[in-house]
Amino acid sequence: MNSLPRLFIGIFVVFLFAWGGLVAMPYLQLGGLQPQADEEGNQFPPARDPLAEEGAQVYAANGCMYCHSQQIRPEYAGSDLGREWGVRRTVPRDYVNDRPVFLGTMRTGPDLTNVGLRLQDPLWHHRHLYNPQSMVNWSIMPAFRFLYKVQRVKGKPHPDGFAMVGDPTVPEGHEVVPTKEAKALVAYLISLKRDYALKEAPVTPTEP
Amino acid sequence: MSATLQTTVAKPSASTEAEGEVVQRVEVDASCRIPVLFFFSSAICWLLLGSLFGFLASWKMHNPGILDDWSWLTWGRVRVAHLNMVAYGWASQAGIGTGLWLMSRLCRAPLRAPGVTVVAGIFWNIGVTVGIVGILAGHSQSIEWLEFPAYATPLLFVAYALIGIWAVLMFVNRRPGHVYVSQWYLLAAFLWFPWLYGTANVLMQAFPLKGVTYGAVNWWYAHNVLGLWFTPIGLASAYYMIPKVIGRPVHSYYLSALGFWTLALFYSWNGMHHLIGGPFPIWLITASVVASFMMLIPVLTVAINHHMTMRGHFGLLASSPTLRFTVFGAMVYTLVSLQGVTMAIPVWNKITHFTHYTVGHAHLGMYGFFTMTMFGAMYYIVPRLVGCEWRSPLMIKWHFWLSAYGIIFMVASLSLGGFLQGSYLLDKDYTFKQIVEGTLGFLQLRSVSGIALACAHLVFAFHFVLMLLRLGRKGGEATYFNSPETGA
Repeated sequence: MNSLPRLFIGIFVVFLFAWGGLVAMPYLQLGGLQPQADEEGNQFPPARDPLAEEGAQVYAANGCMYCHSQQIRPEYAGSDLGREWGVRRTVPRDYVNDRPVFLGTMRTGPDLTNVGLRLQDPLWHHRHLYNPQSMVNWSIMPAFRFLYKVQRVKGKPHPDGFAMVGDPTVPEGHEVVPTKEAKALVAYLISLKRDYALKEAPVTPTEP
Repeated sequence: MSATLQTTVAKPSASTEAEGEVVQRVEVDASCRIPVLFFFSSAICWLLLGSLFGFLASWKMHNPGILDDWSWLTWGRVRVAHLNMVAYGWASQAGIGTGLWLMSRLCRAPLRAPGVTVVAGIFWNIGVTVGIVGILAGHSQSIEWLEFPAYATPLLFVAYALIGIWAVLMFVNRRPGHVYVSQWYLLAAFLWFPWLYGTANVLMQAFPLKGVTYGAVNWWYAHNVLGLWFTPIGLASAYYMIPKVIGRPVHSYYLSALGFWTLALFYSWNGMHHLIGGPFPIWLITASVVASFMMLIPVLTVAINHHMTMRGHFGLLASSPTLRFTVFGAMVYTLVSLQGVTMAIPVWNKITHFTHYTVGHAHLGMYGFFTMTMFGAMYYIVPRLVGCEWRSPLMIKWHFWLSAYGIIFMVASLSLGGFLQGSYLLDKDYTFKQIVEGTLGFLQLRSVSGIALACAHLVFAFHFVLMLLRLGRKGGEATYFNSPETGA
């Protein structure tokens, strides 16, 4: 192994081999995947509205996925279904609208694949983001107060504003108003619903 | 000046060297002085900064209220900044510096136009800085190991391409003769990294990837940056330093070759074991699980080769700092790789996936193996570049023990905490509250171990600055913990 050409070819071929297997092949198999339409022309997964799409960028900017995964593994691989984080495993088609995709590799916090089904109230999310421990007292989630403005209530309260009674960062007579980023993030979280049936991932009705 | 250099150069191998070869080494060292010291200095700056951010991220995990008013310091950005600082600021630059010097020494050819590598190094640092500021400002791409915003990556790529080309050119212009195993690893690493980094970034930014194909490219890159960039450099350094310090050739050429090619072949297929159970075709995951298992071959090959080389010379660990750090790194390499094999096996992965156990594994690899090996290399290389010896064996001792105990405690607390977290997660009767509260103590322990590592780095950085200022011991023999038995 003393000659550069021979070493180079070996080094290059090995690289190409793995690239072909782990990058090119999955792309060939999955790159053309499209949403699935039902008889009425509804697309699954449904496209996100622009605000929720913006929220995905807020999710990325603040590193949410380093604590929260977005994938439901089948029964043999974990207890995701048992914890009722989803009604079925997630499949590649669930993510065709996502760019990038927040599958995640860590569960310091719970999985968010279907958080929009579990927690549908925007106000709950806003309060939770503003002060996580006010909603879940044992939580170790950091607060995202920087996505909100605290302002004095002058006359009529702000239409998006809300009170945080007992929170030391919100003095009396003040309200918390979400910024556009906060609203986008909450819209994104509520949009996370992967409970529709796909032909490769049917939803079996649960026993009552 | 050249007289002091000559004595330090001739020392470690302790065999009689031909006068001509000594002169050659002096030339090599002189040509590498500025660029290698530049890479080492900036690497150490990033190491200190990275330690600070790592500590902050760790502390925030059990005290989420710390510094949470400012978006720039929210946990999700600090954690990402930490990873990128230590991976691209510290580890890559320590690796580039070590790699350039080793390549030059082994090719018996001085580094030509060293100014170009310094310019590349400056661009590299600008790229990392821009990337880190971008992450803290909220422009992270949220793709693990590829978080740098799109505007920082071309800078890094160009800087790296220049460095890589220079390393390959050195190989082309080498003096005729035997090509040593470290040279294969270095040549491969200097070629693989730009291909990897370039391909991943082009696919993610210029090419309209969507959905889970992102995940595949992500983990193909993220695992290969370890397997095809950091690991080969760490092994190249170990393959050089161990025989050099103990003064005997590496045990087996054939094992070296087997280890190199099987590493290349199997490591490159490992990435998808981070996605077991995920929304991917089963063949893809299975291919990576099998490749992970096959890693037993290169890992055991290298372990046997190093062990057989060391046999009968373990006593030298008590005296040589370079050897102690390098052998610690080489042993951890075996350990962490075997651990990696077990973690890819689905039954065990079921527990460790999505937990701090994986974080512990990553630290064991990047710190216990790679960083310790780089410390070992720096203890060897720096005196040859600055012309004086490390001032204080005591400081090196403190550095070693703080680093060694620090990383052992860190990995132990993360592994135990992660095992608990994983076992609880798997049993749906445990509530999430129980899981969070159960792991909290381990996360606090991890922060304490982080303090030990940060102290180790401060000691080392201080010692390094003394060397840069030529405040080391002038002349005499290399700095040992205690006097080695002579006569080898």
